[in-house]
Amino acid sequence: MTDVLTPVLTDNWGDERAWTLASYAARGGYTALDKALSMTPDAVIAEVKDSGLRGRGGAGFPTGMKWGFIPQDNPKPKYLVVNADESEPGTCKDIPLMMASPHTLVEGVIISSYAIRANKAFIYIRGEVLHVIRRVQRAVEEAYAAGHLGTDIHGSGFDLDIVVHAGAGAYICGEETALLEGLEGRRGQPRLRPPFPAVAGLYASPTVINNVESIASVPSIIGHGQQWFASMGTEKSKGFGIFSLSGHVQTPGQYEAPLGITLRTLIDLAGGVREGHELKFWTPGGSSTPLLTAEHLDMPLDFEGVGAAGSMLGTRALQIFDDTTCVVRATLRWTEFYKHESCGKCTPCREGTWWLVQTLTALEKGQGTEADLDLLLDQCDNILGRSFCALADGAVSPIMSSIKYFRDEYVAHLTEGGCPFDPARSTAWAGQEVTA
Amino acid sequence: MTLTPETYDELRAIGARYPEPRSGLLPMLHLVQSVEGRITPEGIEACADVLGITAADVSGVATFYTMYKRRPVGDYHVGVCTNTLCAVMGGDQIFQRLKDHLDVGNDETTDDGKVTLEHIECNAACDYAPVMTVNWEFMDNMTPESAVTLVDELRSGTEVQSTRGPRIVTWREAERVLAGFPDDLADDGPAAGPASLVGLGIARERGWTAPPSDASGSSEGVADTKAEAVAQADTSRAETETKQEEASDD
Repeated sequence: MTDVLTPVLTDNWGDERAWTLASYAARGGYTALDKALSMTPDAVIAEVKDSGLRGRGGAGFPTGMKWGFIPQDNPKPKYLVVNADESEPGTCKDIPLMMASPHTLVEGVIISSYAIRANKAFIYIRGEVLHVIRRVQRAVEEAYAAGHLGTDIHGSGFDLDIVVHAGAGAYICGEETALLEGLEGRRGQPRLRPPFPAVAGLYASPTVINNVESIASVPSIIGHGQQWFASMGTEKSKGFGIFSLSGHVQTPGQYEAPLGITLRTLIDLAGGVREGHELKFWTPGGSSTPLLTAEHLDMPLDFEGVGAAGSMLGTRALQIFDDTTCVVRATLRWTEFYKHESCGKCTPCREGTWWLVQTLTALEKGQGTEADLDLLLDQCDNILGRSFCALADGAVSPIMSSIKYFRDEYVAHLTEGGCPFDPARSTAWAGQEVTA
Repeated sequence: MTLTPETYDELRAIGARYPEPRSGLLPMLHLVQSVEGRITPEGIEACADVLGITAADVSGVATFYTMYKRRPVGDYHVGVCTNTLCAVMGGDQIFQRLKDHLDVGNDETTDDGKVTLEHIECNAACDYAPVMTVNWEFMDNMTPESAVTLVDELRSGTEVQSTRGPRIVTWREAERVLAGFPDDLADDGPAAGPASLVGLGIARERGWTAPPSDASGSSEGVADTKAEAVAQADTSRAETETKQEEASDD
């Protein structure tokens, strides 16, 4: 029986100077690279594919299979791009990973590039995390100096260069084709697919784009073998993942566990919901995944379990809200975020998110009538599935799900002529004698 | 201000990192901000000149990304997360308190040119809510009081340390790192803040570990074909492989 928590990626985060090559190498860092370089690239792809690793950036597509889509007979250069633009509200796993152990990511990049036969890789990090960028820049420098990067790596004949690229503030660049636009020096607007990046990605060349945690999982899979990875998790959702608990729990933080753990177990480990309060609603994988409630506490947190409950595992960004939180306020704020971050390319998203904010703002103030709830749902219906990328789909998730579970609370705003909640009660310092 | 030949050389050096120089435009604009204190018309012309594209192309990019500022930014860019989780945990109160205390609105700078206040979106530190940033360094677990102390110290020239990083550098110095010219501060600060380590701490305490290397799981259930993978994945998010491709393959 697997343990409740299984630190792999987080295992060295508490080490002295964990971010340095010396610290990483002292626990066997870069030995998985040697093992990978002794295998054929196709064998590395097969190992990752057989492990069952599915993309940790939200969608859950099998990583090894994605690598296998790269047409090796295409004469153009192949590229690996790491999506380190972590910005989905609630998601906070890749940033601490890169801060604490950037070499895990760098080793993963080298192995993954070897597998897909790329000689140039890019790590696209959102710009708003200065110290994380410093740590990754330093790790890449150290890896060059140690011969893990550059030409003829470990005498294998394989060459690789890594460029660390800082973004400049755009949630949309977490969408992989918008990210490629940003990386080509353009406005971050998603591309029409097909062609898919595997065929025509960066500079119209075959490109693999993977999330930080996916790539960081690769050294352990190669090091221990695919069967080891598959010994954790559930039938179709193999392995471990970092679960990020935030909000109204006693000890928010990062918990690395096999996929399939339940929120009840995680909240227990976190010391429970805030003293004297109850769980009201939560997101399983960031704000773009439909809200869930206390009735979903025992649902397995794997791709299948969360999907069956009408939501998505996403990035395992578990934002916990207790009974002091107004769901209408929470939803309005997320909607304002999507409005701000819409890139403007597709009309339903660009215009629709403004309409959603307008309608929700009135409801939050207790203005309007119950018919406006139907108007809101009608607006959602005109936005969902009608744009190039999934930003707009994410925008309607909190609205549709909050109306589904908390319609009465919306109505209460109307009957009471405003918000019945006191925002001071939901703050981190509520109940303590700290005056705002 | 006139951009120096050294700055032009550095702009070219950024472009040279990439197979196609235009890929350097985002870091190049960070460098412009580091030198000019904002995105200036001259900085836009310089990027256009170096890349051989039009100033309109560069402007189009510079106006798309929120980290690029067309008005001068103070020595310290102070961000307050007011996305839902941080807002609920007190970010709204912190932001209001700072607006009152500094007598500025959103995206405005204090009269002494020291502090620019902006409410920011989720900065991937939700387990430390409410979160603030100074020049894109984390300031975790803030309160209205600690926020006021922070900005007072910044304005008075007291050295301030990030709660999970080094001493705070100026906004222009930070922009230079983002342009890909590292300073020497990577080794400062801890590997991880306390919240990042809670799960690991519990595992250590209870003796929980990942399985030994010889653990063996079944690969049954692992998708073998693209069709199976697509069926399992969340394709509604329009990630790489969608049903559309599946259809076009048929």
